[in-house]
Amino acid sequence: MATIKKPSVDAVLVGFGWTGAIMGMELTAAGLKVLALERGENRDTVPDFAYPRITDELSYGIRGKLFQNLSKETVTIRHTPADVAVPYRQHGSFLLGDGVGGAGVHWNGHHWRALPADLQLRSTYEARYGKKFIPEGMYLQDFGVTYDELEPHFDMFEKICGTSGKAGNLKGQIQAGGNPFEGWRANEYPLPPLASPNSAVLFEKAARELGYHPFPQAAANASRAYTNPHGAQLGPCNFCGFCERYGCYMYAKASPQTTLLPTLMKRSNFELRTRSHVQRVNMSPDGKRATGVTYIDAQGNEVEQPADLVVLCAYQMHNVRLLLLSNIGKKYDPATGEGVVGRSYAYQLNGGATLHFDKDQPMNPFVGAGASGHAMDDFDGDNFDHGPLGFVGGATINCINTGGRPIQQLALPAGTPTWGAAWKKAAKENYVYQTSVGSQGSVMAYRDNYLDLDPTYKDAFGQPLLRMTFDWKDNDMAMTAFIGSKVEQIAKAMGPKHISMGFKKKGDHYDVRPYQSTHNTGGAVMGTDPKTSAINRYLQVWDVPNVFVMGASAFPQNFGYNPTAVVGALAYWSAKAIRETYLKNPGALA
Amino acid sequence: MTDVPSPGRRGFLRRSIAIVPAAGALTATGFVAGQQVAAQAASAPAAAASPPYTPVYFHAEEWAFIQAAVARLIPSDDTGPGAIEAGVPEFIDRQMEGAFGQAATWYMQGPFVPSSPLFGYQGKMLPREVYRAGIAATDAWCKQQKGGKRFAELDTGTQDEVLKGLDGGTIQFAEVGAKDFFTFLLQNTKEGYFSDPIHGGNKNAVAWKMIGFPGARADFLDWVDKPGVHYPLPPVSINGPQG
Ligand SMILES: Cc1cc2nc3c(=O)[nH]c(=O)nc-3n(C[C@H](O)[C@H](O)[C@H](O)COP(=O)(O)OP(=O)(O)OC[C@H]3O[C@@H](n4cnc5c(N)ncnc54)[C@H](O)[C@@H]3O)c2cc1C
Ligand code: SF4
Repeated sequence: MATIKKPSVDAVLVGFGWTGAIMGMELTAAGLKVLALERGENRDTVPDFAYPRITDELSYGIRGKLFQNLSKETVTIRHTPADVAVPYRQHGSFLLGDGVGGAGVHWNGHHWRALPADLQLRSTYEARYGKKFIPEGMYLQDFGVTYDELEPHFDMFEKICGTSGKAGNLKGQIQAGGNPFEGWRANEYPLPPLASPNSAVLFEKAARELGYHPFPQAAANASRAYTNPHGAQLGPCNFCGFCERYGCYMYAKASPQTTLLPTLMKRSNFELRTRSHVQRVNMSPDGKRATGVTYIDAQGNEVEQPADLVVLCAYQMHNVRLLLLSNIGKKYDPATGEGVVGRSYAYQLNGGATLHFDKDQPMNPFVGAGASGHAMDDFDGDNFDHGPLGFVGGATINCINTGGRPIQQLALPAGTPTWGAAWKKAAKENYVYQTSVGSQGSVMAYRDNYLDLDPTYKDAFGQPLLRMTFDWKDNDMAMTAFIGSKVEQIAKAMGPKHISMGFKKKGDHYDVRPYQSTHNTGGAVMGTDPKTSAINRYLQVWDVPNVFVMGASAFPQNFGYNPTAVVGALAYWSAKAIRETYLKNPGALA
Repeated sequence: MTDVPSPGRRGFLRRSIAIVPAAGALTATGFVAGQQVAAQAASAPAAAASPPYTPVYFHAEEWAFIQAAVARLIPSDDTGPGAIEAGVPEFIDRQMEGAFGQAATWYMQGPFVPSSPLFGYQGKMLPREVYRAGIAATDAWCKQQKGGKRFAELDTGTQDEVLKGLDGGTIQFAEVGAKDFFTFLLQNTKEGYFSDPIHGGNKNAVAWKMIGFPGARADFLDWVDKPGVHYPLPPVSINGPQG
């Protein structure tokens, strides 16, 4: 293996998904010479996502053609610190991205700002319910950045994505038809909401009649043709039903390819090197500065890439692993509760009801988009009184129809046999009439849910895998039981012939097999106290000022929303601090 | 087909050849949105018309097992086409030679330690090795317990019993996880039934027609807002119109 040393650059980006593309745009705009290193291949709408090839459920949806190849690198998982972790050998619970665009290619486009209270969760709970309300062992923290500070960046990311939606709170004025619980917005969404599939229309009516506040899901699936502030053009979504897990052949789903790369790839101070797998961040002998990164190129050469600034944009868990492999920051130790890297890994707890309607109400499940439907926020965040309920957190409840691909999305009434004549008959009779009401629930951070390096298993280059120690806690189960009762109430009000409930119960353990969400958070948490956070409120590593860490690894706990709007807004917020403050005086940002 | 089909299957094929109109006639009359028509179309025995598929991975006895087993997992009956008319055996054989059979994108480094099923398949054997060992073990079990007959030679009722035993854990093998084997088999059978015909299964989109999935059309802007209306167009494949 040859070792090659490349000429130095101003900034190196590790990973080229959503955060890599945003950082690329912002740092090249500041005049820096920027290099992005992406381990996967180059990808673009044409030819990679072109119709009809992309509408192949087996290759993309089931075999995961666009996902990370786990034979090279994966994580190991266990439920408690006393267990032996085993590898996440096949994709299931979460689907890691790979290649240019990262998971931003095959996401759905549910576009959610955080609630103001979500960003200051500890302060909010302590003020409303008292310190004692927070259970022993739960790490509840504020992000260290407020909603008001992030608002312009949420706004920017929506304009970049051409997000379709209806405002609920314009400059403090509650708007009919939007989410009345959302934080204030300076502007309407760039595009009007997507049309709602039949099922979501029923959901909207049922939820409203029950006194709740449903609204059209904000979608990074363009409802109209749109040109974003960088001049990138999006086409209208046609509800193709091959959305999450697929690239969008219509140029309608916001991805780095459809929104940022047309501009970024033309900038002369930007370079992208694909098939460049970063192994570690290189550190100065005193451990106080990063000197660049080392990666393995397509031919297997080890390449040293010097850089003044290193930005980790490798997705939540890869960011944490790279910090651990590079000895940046103090490792978290669950026994003592000390250390910060690996601390506060969290996930989400989802549930749902499957509904089947009568013959006069076809739901045409194949007519759908990644984020088409209605949602409600009445039982999310701190939008309702937790006092008598005794748990922290909540969930969004929604009826989103993303498609009806029959291998993955055929849903049959509970109790149907899984094979044989009765299974087939049920498939034939129910497919067209199926829909679901889902919930996406927050999961808090805990002392013994964390990330570290696995002592046994290695990646294809011989480096230790990341180890995830995670299981559900009583608080999360109490939350999901409460949400389940609400989902059932709404599902009944929609008037189906049959309802099957699917919610986890106390005593259930984390099961890595079924897909749940790729909303993994924490491990390199942001905050204002270096004892409990790995990065400061500008996403800068506390002790190594020329390393910044993007992505949901920064979230101190999870919430009831999909993460990317917050991930995007934080990237813009961090980029602004780098541009306006750090570059003038490259040190720790106070 | 290189095997001797079970009497039940042979009988079905004969019946379906007799009752099903030519594929062209269906196109000429146009597709009616009702499920009844879809069901008829679904039983078109495409496999009978095109040259028989010669398996690349499975040996003759294994091939007989695959055909017999998938014919029980998704049987042919009046509701619609079964796994055999859909070409599921061909699909599975092709998968064995591809990335799935060889676990090309799975992490397959050891150590392999026993663990809760909640962590997914943790075996050392590749899926295609699980099939090979699983078929051999099931056939051996059948010979021992069921009067010297291999699985494919049993009557359909007994075959169902054996499959239930694999599925429910009452039959266990020393060399391979019976449940792992059954799980792969059922998963691949459903994949072969419902995936795009380009992969060798779902011949003439028979399974899509049966349930009412329009396949690779992927263009529903005009249909998003039509409550109470059945989508009228028949399925297409990535390869174009079907059936
Ligand atoms: C099926 C699915 C549906 C989703 N739906 C939604 C949704 O509706 N709404 C929402 O808000 N979010 C959704 N998400 C999550 C969303 O995709 C992520 O939040 C977002 O992509 C994260 O951006 P990122 O830049 O942090 O990481 P990514 O977009 O994953 O990019 C990381 C990149 O880094 C590369 N990389 C990793 N390690 C290395 C290394 N060592 N060297 C070089 N390169 C490396 C990877 O190959 C990848 O390209 C979904 C995700 C999935 C998988
Ligand atoms: S559903 Fe819409 S946004 Fe999603 S892939 Fe299809 S056309 Fe694109």
